Amino acid sequence: MKKSFTRLAALSAAALVSTATMAQAIKVAQIVELSGGGTTAGTMYRNGVKLALAEINAAGGIMGRQVAISEMDTQSQPAIAKAMTMKAIDEGVTAIFGPVFSGSILVSQADSQKAGIPNFTGGEASNVTAQGNPFIFRSSFNQSMGMPKVANYLANDLKAKSVAVIFINNDFGKGGRDAILKELGARGVKVAADISTDPGQIDFSSAVLRAKQANADALFAYLNEEESARLLRELRKQGYDKPLVGETTLMGAKVIELAGAAANGVRGHVGLTVDAPTASIREFAGKFEKEYKSKSDHNGLKGYFSAYMLKAAIEKAKSTEGKAIAAAMKNSCFTAKQHPGLLLDVCYDDKGDIDRESFLVEVKSGKQEVVATLPMLNKR
Amino acid sequence: MHVVIGVVCPLSSHARHHHFIENWRLRPRRLRCIRGTRFNAPAQRRQPRLSMTDAIQLLISGVATGAIYAMAALGFTLLWQAAGTINFAQGEFVMLPAFAMLIAIGLGAPLWLAFFIALIASIAILGLGFKKVVVDPMRTHGVIALVVATLGLSIGLKSLVKAAYSAEPHPFPYLFGEEIVRIAGVTVSYSDIGALVVAALMVIGLQLFLNRTITGRAMQAVAQNTFAAEALGINVARMIAYTFVINAILVTVTALLITPAYLAKFDMGDNIGLKAFFAAIIGGFNNPRGALLGGVLVGVLENFAGAYVSPSYKDGVALVLFLTVILIKPDGLLGTPQERKV
Repeated sequence: MKKSFTRLAALSAAALVSTATMAQAIKVAQIVELSGGGTTAGTMYRNGVKLALAEINAAGGIMGRQVAISEMDTQSQPAIAKAMTMKAIDEGVTAIFGPVFSGSILVSQADSQKAGIPNFTGGEASNVTAQGNPFIFRSSFNQSMGMPKVANYLANDLKAKSVAVIFINNDFGKGGRDAILKELGARGVKVAADISTDPGQIDFSSAVLRAKQANADALFAYLNEEESARLLRELRKQGYDKPLVGETTLMGAKVIELAGAAANGVRGHVGLTVDAPTASIREFAGKFEKEYKSKSDHNGLKGYFSAYMLKAAIEKAKSTEGKAIAAAMKNSCFTAKQHPGLLLDVCYDDKGDIDRESFLVEVKSGKQEVVATLPMLNKR
Repeated sequence: MHVVIGVVCPLSSHARHHHFIENWRLRPRRLRCIRGTRFNAPAQRRQPRLSMTDAIQLLISGVATGAIYAMAALGFTLLWQAAGTINFAQGEFVMLPAFAMLIAIGLGAPLWLAFFIALIASIAILGLGFKKVVVDPMRTHGVIALVVATLGLSIGLKSLVKAAYSAEPHPFPYLFGEEIVRIAGVTVSYSDIGALVVAALMVIGLQLFLNRTITGRAMQAVAQNTFAAEALGINVARMIAYTFVINAILVTVTALLITPAYLAKFDMGDNIGLKAFFAAIIGGFNNPRGALLGGVLVGVLENFAGAYVSPSYKDGVALVLFLTVILIKPDGLLGTPQERKV
């Protein structure tokens, strides 16, 4: 009898302690692409967030509270992303990470906005932050901030007079295409071919043939990771010999792994890369590779950054209330010196767009090499 | 001047007339606006003309892809003929050997050894195992039961691979290397030439086996009339088992040839399964040569549609061809009408 009483008391105590811990935990949700066309991007982002939160919890949490995370798969579909966002809101989360795909965050952010919950995204389409939503925060550049740098590189460094453009027909691809056409036009560079491809497309032979026929001085490709890899393989198969220029996705670690030798020689602008000559980023790269047995790409960095950004914002706001967290980030800069998990100094504007250093890279022997580090667009 | 994605669409009537005349002379069916999105752009962005060498290039890569479709389609027709089975998990039957090869390569096996390991596993599991576990118990319940069973199998296999191997694509080595050769302005890759040669050898070899050997003829006899074949002393059960073995070999070779381009992914079978099914219907479901014709037609026409119309319309080609053929010739181009008692 005495034994069973002791056992009951111990169980009750354990239950009380765990309830107290649960009550204290800061709940966050990851709503990411774990299947479907965005799997590569979503999985990387998820792993980045998980790694950061594990570190944060191990170091005592945020303001002494542990962070509890729930994971949901959007299946790369906007409608499911929206449903998952509503589910997360019902669960009473403090912040939402994801989706990564622009098409999904464009749909799902309306709900997090209504609920007043800060929503970090890996989406790069320009219109993601153009909805007047005070709770949306990017973890990477807005396309319209990266494209001037790419256009400068094409026009000034490569001296290209004409460019063939291949893009993917989704929100991300169309946004990027519109942005680069505008920037090329402003620099007097002709667009010799404007080729649309589909999400999930497998065979790029006719797209490449049309690019070859355009006989432009360079090719600008703007597709998601998986499609980028297939395009690069086809470009190599057809012996395309003009400079291949892209933005972040064309040179991602996963793209290089999938495309193999076909990725060599590709160059362009990346907002984040684990090959950046920065100690904090190199350290992150090592930790990520040790944990997941694969090299992080920019999406892994975005996820890792997002989690630490939330920590920095909550600490600055001294509150886990959505409005206070969002207000702490708007028009504010955070230094990597003060918050090492942010990896680089970063500034948010009033729309949730981000500004920080970025890099010009080239793929050599299956590795990204940073050719130059570009400063923040608007030095504050 | 205003432009829509892909094709120049002049807005003024004078310009439209001018453009129409110019395009009509060059390419009669090229005057179309693909989408309504407009943007201001320089006038030079007109679709480039495709020359004869381009057409040849498209033809070669189309035939290479089509030959791979044909192999998977051939499996469809063989299983239908011999065992009355429409295997809607055929695409996943291509995906599984691809992953089996990747696992073997991951364990340090060279590609040729990985292929043979996958081939043996495929014959055992996707050939004989599939027959024993799925087809034999379901056959007595009719075609519909088998269709539903294979559809379920397709979903199950995809989920299994996704759970075990993640939903991310994985790179797969080229069997014939990534080098290219230029012949008279036409760029051809070793992988295309290799795929074409291997697929052609497989199809010709299979035709010779079916027509020139006693076993092959016995298999055809079983396909045509099971009862008569049995009366003639043919071991029907064994002949049907051979058909499943041949299908397992075909899907493993298809996996070896197509995965470098498709990348190994749990849902890679969706596209190949669908295209092979269309190819089999287009060519004629009861004729192995029809599968070959159907596969090559789909491969070549989708390449031409991609280049001459728009890459966006490429995937619709097989479907349009499929619809046209079943409307005009329901038994397929080389198929023969079949009568069945109901």
